[in-house]
Amino acid sequence: MAIENARDVYTRRMEGVSIWVVESKYIHASSPDDATAFYEPANDKVYRHPTFYDLPDELKHM
Amino acid sequence: MTAALIQYTLHLADDSLILGHRNSEWTGHGPILEQDIALSNIALDLIGQARNFYQYAAELSGTPVTEDQLAYLRDGWDFRNCLLVEQSNGDWAKTILRQFFFSAYQTSLYERLAQSRDKTLSAISAKSYKEGIYHLRWSSEWVIRLGDGTEESHTRMKNAVEELWKFTGELHTAAPYEEETAAKGTSPDLPTLRPLWEDKIKEVFDEAGIPYPPPTWMQTGGKEGRHTEQLGYVLAEMQFLQRAYPGCEW
Repeated sequence: MAIENARDVYTRRMEGVSIWVVESKYIHASSPDDATAFYEPANDKVYRHPTFYDLPDELKHM
Repeated sequence: MTAALIQYTLHLADDSLILGHRNSEWTGHGPILEQDIALSNIALDLIGQARNFYQYAAELSGTPVTEDQLAYLRDGWDFRNCLLVEQSNGDWAKTILRQFFFSAYQTSLYERLAQSRDKTLSAISAKSYKEGIYHLRWSSEWVIRLGDGTEESHTRMKNAVEELWKFTGELHTAAPYEEETAAKGTSPDLPTLRPLWEDKIKEVFDEAGIPYPPPTWMQTGGKEGRHTEQLGYVLAEMQFLQRAYPGCEW
């Protein structure tokens, strides 16, 4: 059923050629308690984003 | 007091910069892609912390000195980092263990420094603490993975302990400027942090199957500018460009 639901919702615009389903009990997720140590340090590191390159005007859709 | 505070701030900056630089030597050489990126991330976190502390030290000095000059134009005897962080990378086990020893110390330090009477040190520490918690988690898991891994990884981790243990005593031995800042409530009393550090090391070593070393002689001096020959190699590479092309920017 999950595969069929996924097929109906996520492949309508030709997004997919294959669907993988995993039972939720097999998923390992980060703990919300770790959120500050895991994700906040990235907030002030602008140099990680490739936004410092000047792109020529002819380049579309970037 | 300002003199001690400047020395202390430089000490915090130098610890982070030198370990950050050592870690950055792995960029492009990590054992697998994810670990190459992980260690480079840690390097960037540490160098970012160093920048914050250098900027503050420059401001405190009341001179036109800049963070770049503090990093690139001081000589070995001016650096106030502990001996542990300047030690060579060695193999993966030694790099991991160096990070683990240091992060276990740094997180407990930052946690207390976040309560410092000095608002700037407190703010930098509170922010950096979040980074340190992840460094500690990452390096702890690797100590366990290697210690409890194959015969070879276990041997390498034990050799790393043998090499680095003598540099861990300095972490909690206060230099004169640290005694001064602690007396003013600017920094924590270092020896009181030692039991926390030991508990963490014991907990992880226990899981890794690595014996906790017996009390032994400890090397000190880095925090007062007396370094091992290792620091010279770090500075030679790190400072080369600014020495050869003063003021060069790109």
